[in-house]
Amino acid sequence: MFSLQNRRALVTGASGGIGSAIAQGLHAQGATVALSGTRQEALAALAEKLGERTHILAADLADAEAVDALVGRAEEAMGGLDILVNNAGLTRDGLSMRMSDADWEIVIKVNLEAAFRLSRAALRSMMRQRFGRIIGITSVVGVTGNPGQANYAASKAGMIGMSKALAQEVATRSVTVNCVAPGFIESAMTDAINDKLRESILAKIPAARLGRGEEIAAAVVYLASDEAAYVTGQTLHVNGGMAMI
Amino acid sequence: MSDSNIEERVKKIVVEHLGVEEEKVANDASFIDDLGADSLDTVELVMAFEEEFGVEIPDDAAETILTVGDAVRFLGKSTA
Repeated sequence: MFSLQNRRALVTGASGGIGSAIAQGLHAQGATVALSGTRQEALAALAEKLGERTHILAADLADAEAVDALVGRAEEAMGGLDILVNNAGLTRDGLSMRMSDADWEIVIKVNLEAAFRLSRAALRSMMRQRFGRIIGITSVVGVTGNPGQANYAASKAGMIGMSKALAQEVATRSVTVNCVAPGFIESAMTDAINDKLRESILAKIPAARLGRGEEIAAAVVYLASDEAAYVTGQTLHVNGGMAMI
Repeated sequence: MSDSNIEERVKKIVVEHLGVEEEKVANDASFIDDLGADSLDTVELVMAFEEEFGVEIPDDAAETILTVGDAVRFLGKSTA
């Protein structure tokens, strides 16, 4: 079950903790993976670790032209595209009253707009080949909200709404569009949290621990698989029980 | 570009995209009523025409392209 043999996947933000785990998860199931991200060295190290069936496609998703070119580059490198994982994301936290326009815009642009542009580009060939998997990595805060993250929460909630609309548009072509919503996962993003905040976070998680990247990757592998063909427009929450929604 | 050449290319795209037999693709054939296209198919067809003929077909124009002949006429004008 859940074999991804002969599938070709593009993972954005593959130089980050969760993105890297997702790329490794897809690769382990037999997929060819295109690793996209901004940190060349991290991408090269991951590609070396994975060995065959990997391609490096450096891209800055804050750059609209780079975004529009990325799917084409992936299709050229791999001979097509079956799985798109919109994982790249960034945070610019701050209380709304003090949030600058720039901090709002960059988060929406990279987290939401790039995901839309990449999905739109990927759909062309996915619809033609009558198979496709688009998976957005959203966040628990896209559903619950979080003080200091109006921009981030909006971008992640936007991704869920967008995925539901896309899912309805392309369902007849055997293309599914879903989201995975991580809770607090061990990563550079959560490493930056101070101890006091960490304790208060753990107190709200029934599993009493942070999640691991591989646990997000497992959800992505499932949604990318043939077995998940009848699952579309859904958000799979992987959060240790911190929000049961 | 001659009209017959355009017609040939349009019909080839329609046959490929909708998987219908060539003889069914008459000029007065409606994509939706006669050739079994759904709304997504018509979007895909318009995008395929844009690609093949190197033109941009705005949404309000795309809405008027209902038959094979409509497409041939539109593309004949816009590539003239």
